[in-house]
Amino acid sequence: MDALIGILGVFVTYWRQLLAFTGEHLFMSASAILIAIVVGVPLAVWMTRNQRIAFVIQTTINAIQTIPTISLLLIIMIFLGLGYGTAIVALALYSLLPIVQNTYAGLENVDKNLTEAGTGMGMTKLQLLTKVKIPLALPIILTGIRVASVVSIGAATMATFVGAGGLGEMIMRGIVTTDDQKVLAGAIPAALLVILVDLILGKIEKRANFRMQAARAQK
Amino acid sequence: MISFQQVEKRIGDASIIKGLNLEIHAGELFVLIGPSGCGKTTTMKMINRLIEPTAGRIEINGEDIFKTDPVELRRSIGYVIQQIALFPHMTIGENVALVPKLKKMERSQYEKKVDELLDMVGLDPKVFKNRYPAELSGGQQQRVGVIRAMAADPPIILMDEPFSALDPISREQLQDEFVRLQKTINKTIVFVTHDMDEAIKIADRICLMNDGTVVQLDTPDVLLQNPANEFVVNFIGAKRLRKVKELHPATSKKAALPKWSIS
Repeated sequence: MDALIGILGVFVTYWRQLLAFTGEHLFMSASAILIAIVVGVPLAVWMTRNQRIAFVIQTTINAIQTIPTISLLLIIMIFLGLGYGTAIVALALYSLLPIVQNTYAGLENVDKNLTEAGTGMGMTKLQLLTKVKIPLALPIILTGIRVASVVSIGAATMATFVGAGGLGEMIMRGIVTTDDQKVLAGAIPAALLVILVDLILGKIEKRANFRMQAARAQK
Repeated sequence: MISFQQVEKRIGDASIIKGLNLEIHAGELFVLIGPSGCGKTTTMKMINRLIEPTAGRIEINGEDIFKTDPVELRRSIGYVIQQIALFPHMTIGENVALVPKLKKMERSQYEKKVDELLDMVGLDPKVFKNRYPAELSGGQQQRVGVIRAMAADPPIILMDEPFSALDPISREQLQDEFVRLQKTINKTIVFVTHDMDEAIKIADRICLMNDGTVVQLDTPDVLLQNPANEFVVNFIGAKRLRKVKELHPATSKKAALPKWSIS
């Protein structure tokens, strides 16, 4: 009970700062995911056109995923220095895996008869992609984005090590001063953020899925 | 209208189509039939360049199709495939209007056409236009598949076993409707099937293929009465040939039994 009151006390005292940290946290994660989408979706499209490329990209992205967050941050820091940039690039690299993998799987699994029908009716490759393949793969792509968001928001707590702030900053201050309440005051909002974003994206995903499921149920 | 001149298709060492010469006339319903692997689907897909031949020449109205842009070519040829393949994320109306939209036709131009076509196959536009394919039965979906190929009013329509995925009752229905439809729209239709009954029912001419070559090309009547060789007889089937003989008593010695007799 005391601990709870203590945390509430921290919230009350530091609410301005916590709000700013949350803002930074969201800014970093969101930018990272946007970058990962902008880079990842075209990469996945490229993968569907060339098997060898697909293998190379897949292996590279898997390798990135095995690097621990702190090492990745520090490696990038060598090139980009301290600050948001380094954190965002690292988070984007982590977000790449679920986005590329799901987009690739989604595009590959579009019914071959539909792509043949589209081609036979006179769609160009680009039209086939934007009017048939991507809309049909959208539910799976959205799942990838959702996973990427969770990973990215979670990993963003480490951004404080390269001086990029975020809720990790509060946790660090707590650790440095051995103040459990501060640690929790940073960790709880971070966890809530993950849960909240996951819920919202889950809702969006379900909506996109709705029509597709109706279509599949008939087959 | 469509002519194949010494067309060949090889994949590796395998020869799929061997020196094919064909002349498909304007306005006819031309059926390609044969056992699996005979090259009938390959032949059809060469017309809209989904498959490119290894050698030879294909002309539409005297024009070499390999000198045209494949995308433009395909937009001017209707295409219906066996697996129905309506786009599940588009409404019936959007599916039918797809090629007109690709051709950048005005909305006012094709909107009426879509309604007409839906009416033509007995699907009320008011009811069906805004539904999704999943909400329709298989037979209704394939009706949409057929009219989708007609929406941009192409002079040629290719159909790859369009009715074979349907249950026997809807298949019969659609075949009947289709024969009726063909008389009113008067298009050149190249129709691939492996079902002899279907071919006899709908075809103006039947082209029986085997092993990449044409075995016999004739009207259904001639094909049934004068099969060219053993293969044709076997493919048509003894039962069907017997039926034809019964229908032409001149060649049959058996007298028809009176209606009231016990057989």
